[in-house]
Amino acid sequence: MKDREQIAQRLAASGYIADGELATAISLMQLLKRPLLLEGEAGVGKTEVAKALANVHATELIRLQCYEGLDQSAALYEWNYQRQLLSIQAHHGEQADAIEDQIFSEKYLLERPLLAAIRRPKSPVLLIDEIDRADDEFEAFLLELLSDFQVSIPELGTISAVTIPHVILTSNGTRELSDALRRRCLYHYVDYPDADREARIIMARIGAAGASLSLQIARMVESIRKEELRKVPGVAETLDWAAALVGLGVSDLHDTPEVVHETLMCLLKTHEDRSRVTREVTQRLLGKVA
Amino acid sequence: MSCCGNSPGYEELDEVSRLVSAKLAAFLRTLRDNAFTVGLQEGRDAAALMAAGFADRPGLLRSAFKHLFSARKSEWERFDGIFDAFWLGKRVKSRSITMGSSKAANNPSLKSLQNNLPEATGSDAGTDQIPSGDDTPRDRAGEGRMEGASRADNIAEIDFRKLADPDQIAEAHATAARLAKVMRTRLTRRDLARRRGYRVDLRRTIHGNISHGGIPIHLVKRQRKQKPLRLVMLLDASGSMSMYTGVFLRFIHGVLDEFRQAEAFLFHTRLAYVSDAMKEKDAGRALDRLSIMAQGAGGGTKIGESLQTFNRWHAPRVLHSRSCVIIVSDGYETGDAALLGREMAALGRRCRRIVWLNPMMAWEGYAPEAAGIKAALPHIDLYAPANTLKSLTELEPYLARL
Repeated sequence: MKDREQIAQRLAASGYIADGELATAISLMQLLKRPLLLEGEAGVGKTEVAKALANVHATELIRLQCYEGLDQSAALYEWNYQRQLLSIQAHHGEQADAIEDQIFSEKYLLERPLLAAIRRPKSPVLLIDEIDRADDEFEAFLLELLSDFQVSIPELGTISAVTIPHVILTSNGTRELSDALRRRCLYHYVDYPDADREARIIMARIGAAGASLSLQIARMVESIRKEELRKVPGVAETLDWAAALVGLGVSDLHDTPEVVHETLMCLLKTHEDRSRVTREVTQRLLGKVA
Repeated sequence: MSCCGNSPGYEELDEVSRLVSAKLAAFLRTLRDNAFTVGLQEGRDAAALMAAGFADRPGLLRSAFKHLFSARKSEWERFDGIFDAFWLGKRVKSRSITMGSSKAANNPSLKSLQNNLPEATGSDAGTDQIPSGDDTPRDRAGEGRMEGASRADNIAEIDFRKLADPDQIAEAHATAARLAKVMRTRLTRRDLARRRGYRVDLRRTIHGNISHGGIPIHLVKRQRKQKPLRLVMLLDASGSMSMYTGVFLRFIHGVLDEFRQAEAFLFHTRLAYVSDAMKEKDAGRALDRLSIMAQGAGGGTKIGESLQTFNRWHAPRVLHSRSCVIIVSDGYETGDAALLGREMAALGRRCRRIVWLNPMMAWEGYAPEAAGIKAALPHIDLYAPANTLKSLTELEPYLARL
């Protein structure tokens, strides 16, 4: 219970303005020792959660970016072939067993993110990013790792976890994940923040932005998101835009409608969206921002 | 549980904890009835959460349970309503209707699902849709049937009666078998050790050449592994399709024969799972069994509702990311076209490709006017006619590329 409030405070201190439920999710992660699956639109700050969590626990962040065709040698471990070859040449003439023992030792093992994550003396945060891009087979393998937290390397034996990492998985929903993986994880849906929270995020990230400007920007972005767009701007885009406006010395959106319209390129990333939001539309949206 | 109490007597505590766990078990059942996947482990974790003090405030418990029990966005959004209805006794909009269908969920045999579910879902969608929407589309379907009859020579090639001719049955089967064979394998990015691969497998090469002192004399190579594709067929057996149902049933029979991973469903106003019946070796007997299952066929078509049933009860088991769904239908929807659009979108997220075969498409002057097909079109990867064996064969190269 106290955990939860502490986590919320520490998240805020590390610059991540979380909604109330995320703190609950993180305290549950610790209590139940389950991974947390984050879903949501692109650009709502899923990856940021992991970074903030690493800050909260004052620990390392290990990141595994998934892609189609990701396999064990890129995710778990690989032998250092070049060094093994050199070593074989250098020890030419010795007993084969001795050479084998030598080249299949820790010294020649290359750690990849998953193996690294279970061998740290202090529990790191393991971020498995965009798990929906990996294959089904990898998902199944991951499931096994996440339940046992041990890895068996044929030449070396089984390596058990020194510490259990805090695991965060993110998904953009390009592919439906298996029910088994979903069942194994806690689930949190990350939505676009409301104007108030977004304003606080802007203030936390861009020091030079004042309270009233931040709120104006957040409201403007909120109404832009309600337009029919092909690519809805995320929080990262909002921050870009806020930085641009601050950099251009804008202190009130109403004073400089021209600049506002010109800088919308930070938010609208397709030609179609750009041509849809004309000067008139910008004016109308600005009118709604009190 | 014992850790949280304000030290009540042993007897008392036992009674309380028993009550609480009974209530929790009932809640888990409610969740399962609402299509949440909740296992024993979740139940244990939920009890642990309550013991850890999350039960102090309803809001906190709801938030904690929400993270624990929901596994996807749809569940995430529904959860609060279900929780409030169960624990706080609030009557929440349509949730109670969903919960009312628990009869079907408690008895999860497929047959009972077929019988009960569409009725349950039908009752909430039916109020405003059926009376107005029923007449017109059925009329149109009737038109279609007559038009089909007048063009008898045009489609003679696949006329059901003609197909009773052994040669053509053989041809249909051969087409299906060929189709099945090319589709069975597809390229994946996974590698497999091969003697004649395109890439050197350094790891195995070194291991295999230790006896030569590490000098790589024998190279081990890798090549892409071929992987079977899963095929799921949904066949419209409504009145407007009756001319074609027979042929496609034979086609599906061939596909199920040849594929290791294929499933078949039949729908009209309801969805029926027919893979088992279709796996009968003898085509004639399979069709007999089917005709019993397909009773009620020939009426209207509720594609949207059938897909909803499919998405909710069958899709998690039947589909994975390398599945291809083939829907055979004319797209005359007598239910809610908007629902069809939504369900098609949900289906599209689950599988790799959706192929919609529409026998009517090859007719002269056909345009996708029916509300159903209009709603579905944006989610379809391949929209093709399939009124002759020839057009089925033409499908082959596309499916081979999947």
